[in-house]
Amino acid sequence: MAGGRTLPILVVVASIMAVWYVATVWLNTPWQLGVYEREGRAWTASDLVVDTMAQERPVLPAPHQVAIEIWQTTVEKKITSKRSLVFHAWITLSATLLGFLIGTALGIALAVAIVHNRATDRSVMPWVIASQTIPILAIAPMIIVVLNAVGLSGLLPKALISTYLSFFPVVVGMVKGLRAPEAIQLDLMRTYSASTAQVFWKLRWPNSMPYLFASMKVAVAISLVGAIVGELPTGAVAGLGARLLAGSYYGQTIQIWSALITAAALAAVLVSLVGLANTYVLRRMGARP
Amino acid sequence: MDIVMPNGLDPDPTPVIRARNLDLTFQTGDGPVRALSDVTLDIGKGDFVSFIGPSGCGKTTLLRVIADLEQPTGGSITVNGVSPEQARLKRAYGYVFQAAGLYPWRTIARNVALPLEIMGYSKAEQRDRVARTLDLVNLTGFENKFPWQLSGGMQQRASIARALAFDADILLMDEPFGALDEIVRDHLNEQLLQLWARTTKTIAFVTHSIPEAVYLSTKIVVMSPRPGRVTDVIDSTLPRERPLDIRETPEFLEIAHRVREGLRAGHSYEDV
Amino acid sequence: MNGRSLSKLQSALAVAVGVLGLLGLVLPRSAETGLSDTPFLTTFAVLAVFSLRRFRYPLPVFFDGCLTLAAGIALPMSLVVIDKGAVGFWSLTAAGWLSAWLFVERLTASGRGGRWASLAVPVLFGVTLLVLWEVVTRGLNVPQVLLPPPSAIGARFAASLPILWADFQQTFLKSVLIGYALGCGSAFLVAILIDRSPFLQRGLLPVGNLISALPIIGIAPIMVMWFGFDWPSKAAVVVVMTFFPMLVNTVAGLAEAGRMERDLMRTYAAGYWQTLVKLRLPAAAPFIFNALKINSTLALIGAIVAEFFGTPIVGMGFRISTEVGRMNVDMVWAEIAVAAMAGSAFFGAVALIERAVTFWHPSNRA
Repeated sequence: MAGGRTLPILVVVASIMAVWYVATVWLNTPWQLGVYEREGRAWTASDLVVDTMAQERPVLPAPHQVAIEIWQTTVEKKITSKRSLVFHAWITLSATLLGFLIGTALGIALAVAIVHNRATDRSVMPWVIASQTIPILAIAPMIIVVLNAVGLSGLLPKALISTYLSFFPVVVGMVKGLRAPEAIQLDLMRTYSASTAQVFWKLRWPNSMPYLFASMKVAVAISLVGAIVGELPTGAVAGLGARLLAGSYYGQTIQIWSALITAAALAAVLVSLVGLANTYVLRRMGARP
Repeated sequence: MDIVMPNGLDPDPTPVIRARNLDLTFQTGDGPVRALSDVTLDIGKGDFVSFIGPSGCGKTTLLRVIADLEQPTGGSITVNGVSPEQARLKRAYGYVFQAAGLYPWRTIARNVALPLEIMGYSKAEQRDRVARTLDLVNLTGFENKFPWQLSGGMQQRASIARALAFDADILLMDEPFGALDEIVRDHLNEQLLQLWARTTKTIAFVTHSIPEAVYLSTKIVVMSPRPGRVTDVIDSTLPRERPLDIRETPEFLEIAHRVREGLRAGHSYEDV
Repeated sequence: MNGRSLSKLQSALAVAVGVLGLLGLVLPRSAETGLSDTPFLTTFAVLAVFSLRRFRYPLPVFFDGCLTLAAGIALPMSLVVIDKGAVGFWSLTAAGWLSAWLFVERLTASGRGGRWASLAVPVLFGVTLLVLWEVVTRGLNVPQVLLPPPSAIGARFAASLPILWADFQQTFLKSVLIGYALGCGSAFLVAILIDRSPFLQRGLLPVGNLISALPIIGIAPIMVMWFGFDWPSKAAVVVVMTFFPMLVNTVAGLAEAGRMERDLMRTYAAGYWQTLVKLRLPAAAPFIFNALKINSTLALIGAIVAEFFGTPIVGMGFRISTEVGRMNVDMVWAEIAVAAMAGSAFFGAVALIERAVTFWHPSNRA
């Protein structure tokens, strides 16, 4: 199957690139024409193509401009430099990971409580589901500002937003997962007169692993979004969100795009790491590859 | 034994289904699998033909080849004198699967109307035919129920009604009663025979039950696996009028015995 | 279980309620005047102590309901008198909370009430949370900036209805709904277009899945540059955010129709479009609605966050970010309440339509 998918994916990615290049020329042309007119010089089509891909602040930078910017701000800058993208990515990543870990742990704990206590289930679960329909990211700036006012700043407020966001998918997924065992499997445990703890560790927990990883994939992606949005409101000086904001203030489109691509790459890496962990754990548990 | 034709002559000048040396090999991950091998067969108009054999003998595959759901890799087959594809485009087939396969979002009446909608019957005609075929399978009064509100046997009857709703002259049935319990099955067998008598359709019926095959058929095709092939064709000597207790007559038991012998001769039980 | 005998957890809760009630009766309840005279609180404390009798003569679930109700009235009411709570007040708050818990425990354990109880239990939980929030923020004099009490948020909400309505119009009725319709609609069309090309599907599905997981919200500044400050730029963000979940789900849904059902359509010699309309689209409906539900939340998030990057002086995201800057936290909370209600209503509406359209799906039959 893997062999059958590589080519189509490559074709799709290549056509996205092609569309991007065409769009670059098309979107940057009006401004470039203005430049030509002011300078009063003649131009050819090839001039236009070359120049639209080499503007300082293009409407849409060409992929290679973004790639060069990323290269310059990652490999060629010292990691400690404020202009290094690695530095900014690390700031965002650390908040993401901290928030994701706390959120996942809390989510699992609440799911266990919900599955084992009917009162918790019936009183809390509707709210957990309802809270998913609420645009929680809207609260992000307030949390940041409020915690700043109390003297908490830096990593923790952002991590709290990530915690909050990653918490819900894990609760919902794990409640489903811990309830996934079929009635006959539970009945079997009952005939062994297994204790609640035994049923949990021998049946519910292993059974819920696919659900846990599926929700962790969602959770880690949304954690990153939380950390980035958490960097927006305070005019934070560091982090990928801060780069986005600064870029949009000063019209530095290449900087915006490079921050965006870096964030996308980070998300892709995080999600695939969870995916790898998923494969590893399931294989250890004896699942068929 | 009308299909063994050393001289290559047709015993029946106008068979509805005529297969000659059919071969079908599937390419799978574990290498090629020969599902049908050298199948030669004639089915005449108005025949009730059962295909019987253990799993893997290619009986379902043969039915699917007839319905143009699989393409043979060798040999030739004609349906009503044309290729299966042309026959399909002429809407010659009513197909009944092992599961009822009714659409859960349609009522029973609208499920039966599905092929009629596709084939462009008028609204009035649709209503007529739905009422008539539902009556034929004794489901009048259940028009506005949804499939999941009916028992398994009723669902299967609805799916038969769906196959009968348009004028397909060939009814292909793939273990239609396989998932039902024996009591319901007996009942549906009896009803199916009555229906066949009334409509004079040609029926090809896949089963793995010997009594079912003998009770229903005018012709029993015994198949064996690896590779899937026809080992025997038995013409039934039973009368067309068959009450359920015909199954205790010596004649019936003799045919059943012959079918069992045919299955054994095909070594079909050895490595199942 | 006859509903009167208590489980271990229930007994522990019952003891705690009684003991905390006793503490609340004897300890000072207000920081200023020592033993202040708050008849409501005293009544609740006496009732709580009285509840210890249950270990002799079982008390009905109804009694715990009354006890919870008493706490719900007494605690906020006494805040009018008490400026800042003392030990006794807080032990009564804890008693009130635990009695609500006990009530819910016994209500669910008794299994009575049927549908009514399944509605009442979460409502009770929500009200308990609100009361505790009110009591804690006011009883501890939590600074408004940190967390305003619900009553203050409610007052601000009622006082700023015109502003909130204007923001709602700008963000929800323009950015969200238009972006949502365009994003979901175009993704649906693209899914139908690539349906006949397995090659494109195999390429687009993994890419679409990947993009769904990316922080797409980051394109907001770019969209603001391209489409200006007003709602079109926000709608554009919403279009991009909703596009890929819809595409991936529709393609997956179109693959959902079973092999047998497709073979059936083939035996009827049904054409591509007939199969699509009569079989594959209905079978895909649960998937499509799943995407529509996910997207209803995503769209609101996208529109609000996009407004952080620049807007005309109206909009929910604009209001949140500016009022946060001015430390008007109660206004922010009022806006969040609007967002929450709009989000839930949007989601609920899609879920209702889903129920009507996919009534036949096993998950909706019960």
